[in-house]
Amino acid sequence: MSDYVLELKGITKEFPGVRALDNVDFKLKPGQIHALMGENGAGKSTFIKVITGVHAPNEGEMFLNGERVEFSNPNDAQEKGIAAIYQHVTSYPDLSVTENIFMGHERIQKFTGRILWKEMHEEAKKILRSLGSSIDPKSEMGALSVAQQQIVEIAKAISTKAKIIIMDEPTAALTSRESEELYKITENLRDQGASIIFISHRFEDMYRLASQVTVLRDSKYIGSWGIEEISNEDLIIAMVGREINQVFPERKGEIGEKLLEVEGLGKAGYFADVSFTLHKGEILGLTGLVGAGRTEVCQSLFGIMPYDKGSIVLNGEKVKIQSPKEAIRLGIGYLPEDRQKQGLVLQWSIGRNISLSALSAIGNKGWLRDKKEFAIAKELAEKVHVKANSIFDLVSSLSGGNQQKVAVAKLLTAELDIIILDEPTKGVDVGAKSAIYEIINELASQGYGIIMISSEMPEVIGMSDRIAVMRAGRIVKILNRAIATQEAILEASMTDSTEKNAG
Amino acid sequence: MAETAVESSNELQQEKKASKLAAISKFRELGLLAFIILLCIVVQIKNPSFMTLGNLTDMITNTAILSILALGMMLVLITRGIDLSIGATLALSGMLVAQTVSVYSGLHPLLAILMGIGIGTVCGVTIGFLVSKIGILPIIATLAMMNIFRGMTYTISDGQWISSYQMSESFVSIATSSILGINTLVFIAIIIYIIAFYFINHTRTGRQIYAVGSNPESAKVSGINQTKILVIVYSIMGGLAGLSGVLWVSKFASAQGDTASGFELTVIAACILGGVSIAGGSGKISGVILGAVLLGIMNNALPLMNVSPFWQSAIQGAIILFAVIVNALVKRGVDRNNLLRRKI
Repeated sequence: MSDYVLELKGITKEFPGVRALDNVDFKLKPGQIHALMGENGAGKSTFIKVITGVHAPNEGEMFLNGERVEFSNPNDAQEKGIAAIYQHVTSYPDLSVTENIFMGHERIQKFTGRILWKEMHEEAKKILRSLGSSIDPKSEMGALSVAQQQIVEIAKAISTKAKIIIMDEPTAALTSRESEELYKITENLRDQGASIIFISHRFEDMYRLASQVTVLRDSKYIGSWGIEEISNEDLIIAMVGREINQVFPERKGEIGEKLLEVEGLGKAGYFADVSFTLHKGEILGLTGLVGAGRTEVCQSLFGIMPYDKGSIVLNGEKVKIQSPKEAIRLGIGYLPEDRQKQGLVLQWSIGRNISLSALSAIGNKGWLRDKKEFAIAKELAEKVHVKANSIFDLVSSLSGGNQQKVAVAKLLTAELDIIILDEPTKGVDVGAKSAIYEIINELASQGYGIIMISSEMPEVIGMSDRIAVMRAGRIVKILNRAIATQEAILEASMTDSTEKNAG
Repeated sequence: MAETAVESSNELQQEKKASKLAAISKFRELGLLAFIILLCIVVQIKNPSFMTLGNLTDMITNTAILSILALGMMLVLITRGIDLSIGATLALSGMLVAQTVSVYSGLHPLLAILMGIGIGTVCGVTIGFLVSKIGILPIIATLAMMNIFRGMTYTISDGQWISSYQMSESFVSIATSSILGINTLVFIAIIIYIIAFYFINHTRTGRQIYAVGSNPESAKVSGINQTKILVIVYSIMGGLAGLSGVLWVSKFASAQGDTASGFELTVIAACILGGVSIAGGSGKISGVILGAVLLGIMNNALPLMNVSPFWQSAIQGAIILFAVIVNALVKRGVDRNNLLRRKI
């Protein structure tokens, strides 16, 4: 008999082009609540999917109670008593609560294969009651609140008689009262003999529940500590402890007058009470964990997702932005995160992509003037240094970095004051990254105000003049470049701070 | 403390509102039923010959084939698919069976029906394979197969009709005879609905069809074999279309190249009226029956009310639009409520 219910050794998982897990070890003791922590993209979710049999590892071994196991699909893991509650509730919104609980292991009559509804409804009710919930098992899953759905997911794990229960950020969408209920349920499960792996970005979750914490960073195993053995600061260092060795281009130009003032901006269900200012020639970094509401704030500024509270003052004038067209007219440009989906038409040439949003300016009585179109496109393509033979090359033939440059050039056809960049270097190789940084700096020195959303801390710190950190829909801190460190940012984005922003 | 009290009373209110909305979406069938009854009363006042036994039997018989097809289409729609080929499958199966009957006039009607089901199932399996294994979008795959099946029908018939005098009496009587006092078409439809009700609600495979449509990603995590489910669904649809081909030819006593051309859209309309979501995951048998019945009543009642035939399809379209708009509004309300409950 082994000391551990679950042990993973040297797990490596590769996807085309990325190594999502690199030689990761993990040990889970019976009856333990074990926190798994790390930044966005550290590999936590992939790691969970290896344990639950969704992904097969390329290398490494997995032991259950000292016995070597290999899972080829999620059913295998379920049969061995492993259940997972995923980050985004993976329920069937159109089906009943009972069905959600028993999907994949329905009670059926032998021989006829008839589903035993009555038995299942009763069993579901019993489990839900034991979790202290009064949800009607016959109600539709989609009509429940997120917290209730979370409880149903836990009921599902219990119904499979799981001995190992994995919870992937279960508290992310819950209120503090709901979280407290979840804590109690989790502790009860532990007391009944289940071992639990708990993934969370919240320190309070970890301190409240876990006795052991394991940290992953950049797909690698960093270490595992007893909860008393490690201080908050050391934990943060373990999570971000990389050195910033990338050189960021020197900034020229001065920060000028106030361009934008956002006051108390809110959108029900997405973000609230967001206030910040932006000056000419300034780069404002907007960071925080994925799902903190960064993209939503910027989409509101750009009119894609109109805000319902607060005010925006642009160049000293109060404005109301309700559509992207209005935003562009007011001088705000937005570069979406997924440029292939939202930013560019890949099957078109560079020139036509650049001129796409400025067609009315280069048209004449409904006819396009090719010469003017190509002249503008050429000028802008050169301005952002797109590497291609001509502007007639297809965008699909370009590298990720060059595609990004085309997307920036497209923005510049409009007369803008403010440029919003959503993860501008995502999926771009290192060389192209520094080229994009140079362009961003150049734009800033020309007097554009720039808001840059980014999850990459070195990039945020290296590029921004000020950094706004978001957490759960609010700006929790605004840091000046001089005092910004990776640790400070991570701490602000993970800790429940009551400090009001002073920006 | 006061704050939490306010908060919880707010939450309570929102929860109440949400459950009200959920109730509306649940009783959608009831709304449809109420609408049908209302329609019947209005028609009856305008034209008292509507509620006569003869007319009602006529109407139900005419709706039988539509309701059989709508059942299969519901399953396809639940998996987030669509099948545009069923009109052509129906014609192909009808034509092949009619040709066989015209040569072997002694063929037992039951064998003719089985043959039709077999032909349709082959068509359906082909589509299921294209959609699930090769990964062609259902709308594209079925559009292509629709043209192929229709072309095959014209080719094998050489553009000729097969008329009632070429068919055996026993074959034509499939549609006119009755079993236990119920018209055979209606009887077959009832049998199919009973089997389907059991299959959809009381077997694992039936429930997995909903799971695949409701959340494909999560179905994968639950270890559901999606390929299998899709093939099954399109095969059932094909089989029902093949069966309907035989019934159709028998009922109208002729097989033509353009039989049931465009009928797939009527079938889809019946499903949508019955509350089946094109986005997949939801749809009920009771709803689909009501949807088919409503379309059947309108086909029958509008002429009785002296509504110009030019207006009839426009009215049908308006009613479908109305049903979908109500659906969309309810759904938006539910979503918005869920968002408001998130606390930031």
